[in-house]
Order: sequence, then structure tokens, then C-alpha cells
Amino acid sequence: MVKIVSQRPKSLKDKIFHYCPGCGHSIVHRIMCEVIDEMDIRGITIGVPPAGCAVLAYNYFDVDMIEAPHGRGPAMASGIKRALPDRIVFSYQGDGDLAAIGIAESFHAANRGENITVIFINNAVYGMTGGQMAPTTMLNQRTTTSPDGRKQSLDGYPVKVSEIFSQLPGTTYIERCMVNSPAGVNKTKKAIRKAFQCQRDGLGFSLVEILSPCPTNWKMNTIDSCKWIDDVMSNVFPPGVFKDDIKARATEAAV
Amino acid sequence: MNKFLMSGNFIIGEAAIRAGCRFYAGYPITPQNELTEYMAEHMRRAEGGVFLQSESEVAAINMIAGASAAGARVMTSSSSPGISLKQEGISSMAACELPGVIVNIMRGGPGLGNIRPSQGDYFQATRGGGHGDYRTMVFAPATCQELADLTMDAFDYADKYRTPVMILADGMMGQMMEPVIFKKPKPRQYPEKFMLRGAGDGKSKFIRGLLLDPIDSEEHNWKLARKYEVIVENETRHEEHLCDDADLAIVAYGTAARIAKGAIKRLQDSGMKVGLFRPITLWPFPEMKLRALSEKVKRFLVFEMSTGQMLDDVRLALQGYAQIDFHGRPGGAVPTPAELANVVARVYSKKAQTVY
Repeated sequence: MVKIVSQRPKSLKDKIFHYCPGCGHSIVHRIMCEVIDEMDIRGITIGVPPAGCAVLAYNYFDVDMIEAPHGRGPAMASGIKRALPDRIVFSYQGDGDLAAIGIAESFHAANRGENITVIFINNAVYGMTGGQMAPTTMLNQRTTTSPDGRKQSLDGYPVKVSEIFSQLPGTTYIERCMVNSPAGVNKTKKAIRKAFQCQRDGLGFSLVEILSPCPTNWKMNTIDSCKWIDDVMSNVFPPGVFKDDIKARATEAAV
Repeated sequence: MNKFLMSGNFIIGEAAIRAGCRFYAGYPITPQNELTEYMAEHMRRAEGGVFLQSESEVAAINMIAGASAAGARVMTSSSSPGISLKQEGISSMAACELPGVIVNIMRGGPGLGNIRPSQGDYFQATRGGGHGDYRTMVFAPATCQELADLTMDAFDYADKYRTPVMILADGMMGQMMEPVIFKKPKPRQYPEKFMLRGAGDGKSKFIRGLLLDPIDSEEHNWKLARKYEVIVENETRHEEHLCDDADLAIVAYGTAARIAKGAIKRLQDSGMKVGLFRPITLWPFPEMKLRALSEKVKRFLVFEMSTGQMLDDVRLALQGYAQIDFHGRPGGAVPTPAELANVVARVYSKKAQTVY
């Protein structure tokens, strides 16, 4: 008898990704769809893709989706979730989308404790537009708009979303992961599952930040990109659980 | 039918809730705050009603876009500078064909301007306002009764044409009180197939405004354009007041039309045959109706609380077949009926002539 050890998740459409080789988006899409399948929530999930490389996410996710204008995902997701509280609603955002143009919408959705999940892809660069400086670009990192490297005196510092958002009493679960190794991918999947479960249990705002390679705009090969996350990026953006109030909230809810 | 004495901003809120609006998001701005406050107090008492005070007008429009996609009847409101912020979302709702009602209680501009009644947002409202090839239906109520009726109608039109619809009033309309009767709302007719509520066991759907293929995008633009043509063809509304034997007709909407009626009474009392042509829909503009009137009336005076914006639509409608004069007071200045009567009397007796 043939035993299936791996197959395309049902929630992932049978389409070839348009993402560049070595990009983290396709990995994250896949593990999200695996989680959606495992939790059997495909039929009640509504996703909000961003402006950015993942704008075409609806080509891959076989769940209901509505595209948000740049940065407005959490506002739109708040509207959907408030209108349909029993659905699972996620906003999928990049670093420019979340931490620059959409910081207000993201911050306030978190602060309201909206019962939604934000999947935050941090690749330290604007990918879709060709590699400009992002709010999460590291000091001295060269981009097309910081050709001499990001200078604190001119451009300020990389924005640490997980650290900042975990300070908000409205948030319940915040973890930073990396998809640059099989172990990292497994850990990221667990975090996504935990975030969706947190939402399903009605426990409030969850965010999973994912350090994700962008070889094209980092001008590195795929292996060096994965190494760079380990050697450079994760020093500025250390992985870990920044907030886990799931048990406390569950106890509160039970009382 | 019960009669209520309420201020304009409250009337819009009450009419919206009666029409089945169950999702409102807004951000405080004068002179429309009473509407946001009314929704805060009453929306949460309505079954399934959601009130959200947003962190910005940008967030508010995207919250209602999300709730609209999820199938709720939605509304947001603001005043001029806040409406500028909403334009990205209005463009997006037009592109994604999401119904929703946007209320603009106009104030003086440009920039922060002031909080006095004004009509400087006519171009923004009637030309789409945001980026791209689109239009929004625009209703311009001139009485509190119309605020109630048109707010209810706006939801029906938004659903019928799957498009954002704007109520364009000003600080005067928002603040003044008049008796009002709320009509019985029509039951909502909006098919579930347009809603995004989770795929269930079926096929998943997506709603998008981005069409990377230029030919797809062109076709989408033409599809919207065809829809707008149907609206232009069928949905214009206007009022003609004492136009039958008029020598001159004032063209004015909203608060300006109210002032015009006061002026007309004075002018009629002094024996001048002056009427009023009042567009109720600003887009679609009742162009053919105005052109038809020019067969009887040969002189028009456009009166706006702006430097002259609807004036362009009147010119396009009359195409040189009639003489057009203009009187405007921008920036939050509200003229009296006596002032307007003096201006019209000078034009009427041909002492002043400003042909546009």
C-alpha cells in the first residue's frame, strides 16, 4: 500500500508560484494552507492580501480573499471580522505594508485587540517595487534608496514590530520566526497554528512575524540569503515568543 | 407616520439605521460629529449593529469596505479634509464594486479651511475624487426631509449598482433642525453571491482592484463605464421651482438652493419672474433636463457656496444656448437671500452681465 507522506494542501491551489526562486512567500503560503487544512477552517476563512509581492495571494490560497489597499489590511480585516465574528480572518502583510504606510491601521487593530491574525513577512526590503529601503531595513544595509547603506542619522532605525506590538495590552500572541531552514519552517508553522487557534478560541489579536529571504533584492544567492538571516538579520530581529497571553485570556474568558 | 424634530446629522444616522445600515466606522471632524456620536449611541443597540471609532478616515473607509465585502450595509461620514483622506478607499470600493454610503458634511476649504458650511467639494464628489476612471453617485439634499429620504435611497442605489454613493451636504444641513418623517425602508436586495463570507464547501471567491493585464484592466474600466452610463441614463433627479414662466432661472443645490428660494420669493414679490433649477443628483448631473429647460428659459444664474464648480456642468449642459451668470461665496461664507436677490435683480435688469 502506498502511504502519502507529502501532498499539496487542499487549501493551496494547483498553480505555479510567481515568486522568485528562494523567496519565503511560497513557503509561508504553503504552511498556512497546511494549517488551514489541519484545522479544517477553509470554508470559514477570509484572507486579506496586501499590496506588495503577495498581492496575488488569491491565486494560491483557495479561501475567500479581498485585496486591501496598501497598508490597510488590518482595517479591512477588522471590518470583516466585526461583521462576521465567527469567521477566521487574517491579514497578510509585508514590512512596508505593516510598518510604514500601514503602521496606524496595524497598531490600532492590535490595540483594539481585534480577534484577527496578522501574518507579517519581514524581508527588510521593498520586494515588489525593486528593492528600496523598508522600515525594517537594517543599519548599513544597501538598498536602491539607501545606496550607501541605511544611516541612522538620515533614515532612522529598523522598526521592531514584534517588540513594539507586544507592549500593547490589546495583543494576545506575538511570535517572531524564520523560514530559512527546515527547523525554522516547522517552528513557523507551529506559530501560525497557534495564532489561528488563538483567534478561533476568540482570545484576541495574534501576529506572527516571519523573517523571510528575498535573494533577488538582497542580490545574494538563495543559500547566502538563508545564512544572512542567521548571521545578520536575526541579530537585529531575534526570533522568539514576545507575547503569549493565550492561557491568561482563556482563563479570563472562562471566568 | 410619526413626525420627528431632529438636526440634520442625527437624521442621517437615524435614516441609515432604519435603512438597515449595520456597520458604521468614522473619525471625529466638525461639523459632522453629531452623526458619529449618534451612530455610537444607536448602532450598537440595533441588532447586529457595529460602531467602530477608527484611528483615521483612511482606516474608516477600509473598515466599511471590509464589512461591505462581508455583506453588511455600511456607512462612513466625514467632512471635507477627512473625505480627501478617504479617497484612496473610495476609489478602491469603486474598483472592487463594493456598495457603501459616504456622507460628506462639507466645510470651508481648501486645506483645513474652517468649520463653516461650504460647497467647495463639488468637483471632488462628482469627478470620482480619487485616482482612476470612476464615478460615485452623489445626492445633494436641501431639506431635512430629503436628508432622511436620500440617505435611505443611497443604500438602495449602492446595492443596485454595487458602487459607493455619496451624500453631499454641508455644515448648515448637518446642524439645522426641521420636522421629518422617516419613510418605510425597502427590503434589501443584494445577492449573496457578491458577498465574501467564507467559501464553505464551495469554490472560493476573491475581490480585487488590481488587474495587472492591461487588457483585463481596460475591460474592467469599460465595464464600470457601462454601469455609469446606465446610471446617467436612469437616475438623475432634480426639482424645478417656478420655472414655467421664468425669465431667469437660478441653478443651485443643497443649502445654496434654500437661500435661492428665499431670494426668489423676494424677487417674485417685486414682480421679477425668477425660478429655480435644483439638481438633486449632482452626479449624474441632470444635464438633459437643464438643456430642456433652456428651450423656455434663456438666462441662468448659477449660485454656489464656492468659486464656481457646478458652473462647469451647467456650461456643458447648456452648450452656449443660454446666457449663464454666476454668483459664489467660497470659504465658508454663507450669503443671505437678500444678498442673492440683489445680485439676481441686477442680472435680471441686465445691468450686470457676466457671460460664462
